[in-house]
Amino acid sequence: MSITRLLTVTPWPMVSAAIWFILVVAALYFARDTAHQAIRATASALARGLRVASHAVAHAQKRLTARNRAVLLAAGREAKERVVEREFARVGDTVRSDLAGYPDLHRRLSEAILRIKEDQEKAVEVPPEAPGWAQAVKVVTQLGERNSTADILADIRRSMVKAHEEAMADYRKASGERHSLLRRMMPDWRMIQETLERVNKVVESVLARAVAIDRHMEEYEAIVRGEDHAVSVLSSSSIVYFFVSALVLAVAVAGTAINFTLIARPMAEMVGGTNFIGAFRTADIAALVIIMVEISMGLFLMESLRITRLFPVIGALSDRMRVRMIITTFVILLLMASVEAGLAYMREVLLLDELATNSLLRGDSTASIVNPHLWITTAAQMGMGFVLPFALVFVAIPLETFVHSLRTVVGLIGIAALQAMALSLRLLGNVSRHAGTLTERLYDLPLFVPLWIESRLLPHPALRNRPSVKAGSWREAQP
Amino acid sequence: MSARLVLTVAALVLGSCARIEPHNTGVYLLVDTSGSYNRQVQKAEQISLYALSRLQSADSIAVARIDTGSFTERNIIAKATLDDRPSTANQQKRAFASTVAKFVDQAVPAPYTDITGGLLQAIEFLNEKNTTRKEILILSDMKEDLAKGYVRDIALDFKGFDVVALNVTKLRSDNFDPRQYLSRLDTWRDRVEKGGGHWRVINDLDHLEGLL
Repeated sequence: MSITRLLTVTPWPMVSAAIWFILVVAALYFARDTAHQAIRATASALARGLRVASHAVAHAQKRLTARNRAVLLAAGREAKERVVEREFARVGDTVRSDLAGYPDLHRRLSEAILRIKEDQEKAVEVPPEAPGWAQAVKVVTQLGERNSTADILADIRRSMVKAHEEAMADYRKASGERHSLLRRMMPDWRMIQETLERVNKVVESVLARAVAIDRHMEEYEAIVRGEDHAVSVLSSSSIVYFFVSALVLAVAVAGTAINFTLIARPMAEMVGGTNFIGAFRTADIAALVIIMVEISMGLFLMESLRITRLFPVIGALSDRMRVRMIITTFVILLLMASVEAGLAYMREVLLLDELATNSLLRGDSTASIVNPHLWITTAAQMGMGFVLPFALVFVAIPLETFVHSLRTVVGLIGIAALQAMALSLRLLGNVSRHAGTLTERLYDLPLFVPLWIESRLLPHPALRNRPSVKAGSWREAQP
Repeated sequence: MSARLVLTVAALVLGSCARIEPHNTGVYLLVDTSGSYNRQVQKAEQISLYALSRLQSADSIAVARIDTGSFTERNIIAKATLDDRPSTANQQKRAFASTVAKFVDQAVPAPYTDITGGLLQAIEFLNEKNTTRKEILILSDMKEDLAKGYVRDIALDFKGFDVVALNVTKLRSDNFDPRQYLSRLDTWRDRVEKGGGHWRVINDLDHLEGLL
């Protein structure tokens, strides 16, 4: 039914409109309670559904947080165990290398001390013999000149001088002997001093390591206890490791691209330039496979050297088997690097051939002139072809860090996403509730006249307090 | 359900690994050696060198002369399918260029011009090579002049072919009546397009960029 027809129920459109308006308002007024209930039920159901969804997401977020925490702590514990293990290994090495000869050191020290003791005993100073003439001279001088004491005194003096000279000679000789004994002690003293310094250095090193081990052990215990601080530190470290390893991996990818460029063209000589596997040239795939094999060999080499721990099976191999694996992977890498150097050389040859052919086809004679310094680029390409496979070996280290930190970072991103989702759902729940209230108010807006009349005719509060306006009926949706 | 999934994945993997046909090109250059056009034969070398510079491994090329009877293999001066290996392909290109240069130096004028026979030979050659893209280049004034006894009033199947008339020179008679020249070109265009091919004319040989 069109508006025009509706306005023609009476000859006057305005009257028709007024009649329709009154009818609609009356219908809305009589259907008011039912309509309010329907609006409220819809809004409430929507809000409740969103709240339940928010709860579910929040619960999932909690579970993910707990799992991420467990993963982080496990990774931290493992890393710390490795650090402590390495510190102990260093202490062991120090003790083995420096203190293994301690019995011999002790024996040498004892012998040196014994020698010093013997020499010291020999070097005890013998006091010079006391002159026995002094008392006799005193007595003789009291006898007087008549007893011709002068002659006697002169004789005594001579004897005394002679005795003194003899005593002095003996004293000098004894002193010389003592000095020579003391001189003999010097190397022993020096040896003892050096030995003690060395022992001191070793002990200090061991003590420093012990302090470091103590510190690591404290951190390890904090991780084992699952302290929040430890989790926070591990989390931030993990993010830093993630970005740093991603950066290094990006550099490695660039290196791989250069490597690929070096060998893709000559590979066409080996497998043909027009064969395709899927949408890709077979030559390109072959070049990529060679690079991937090199990277795999690098990973195995690093695993065998126990620098990385991506494959527990390799780490658990016996030492003999690991050494065999190291040799095998290294030999394969060496062969691959040699092949790459050859391919890089071949690339230059092919490039020159193609340039010569193209210049011939263009009728350009100048392009065929060979640059005398071309060997530099050829050598550089060969060098890069040989070195890059070995450089790519070290990709294993950032790769391991990236893989380990990726778990944590993905977990953190997941937690953040779930948090945002839970918040959004909660917000939407509240919005739907308020939208219900707003819709009721909007419904009542054209009914202001009958509602006003109703309030006048039925002033009783019990009748006026409709459920739609009850205080507290519109609770905020809680998570 | 799971069996169907496994089959789908297997089909996808096998499909991605399947060997696909290379997008190769076949070029057949017809060189008019008739008396009215023999002076232009030198340009055949330029065109063939350009074509060689554009071709890659697995592409095919042939140069043939148009003379009294062109529907024969003897008219093919040089032909090659470039090898998979780039170095061998380069050697083939050099050898091909040398053969064409020799032909250009020693070209003898022919009394008649059997263009249709040459085209038939070109279609046969390129169909045999089964290249993805097929280009027939005609270096001629497009004035067919058949000897007595040669029947060339036959429909040509140009489906999948690009036919390019190069350096279509004007004859002395065209100067008197240009309609002859235009009519000649229109006739050939009709023939090629009726046969399902695509027709083009390039008269400026210094701008061959769009040729291949």
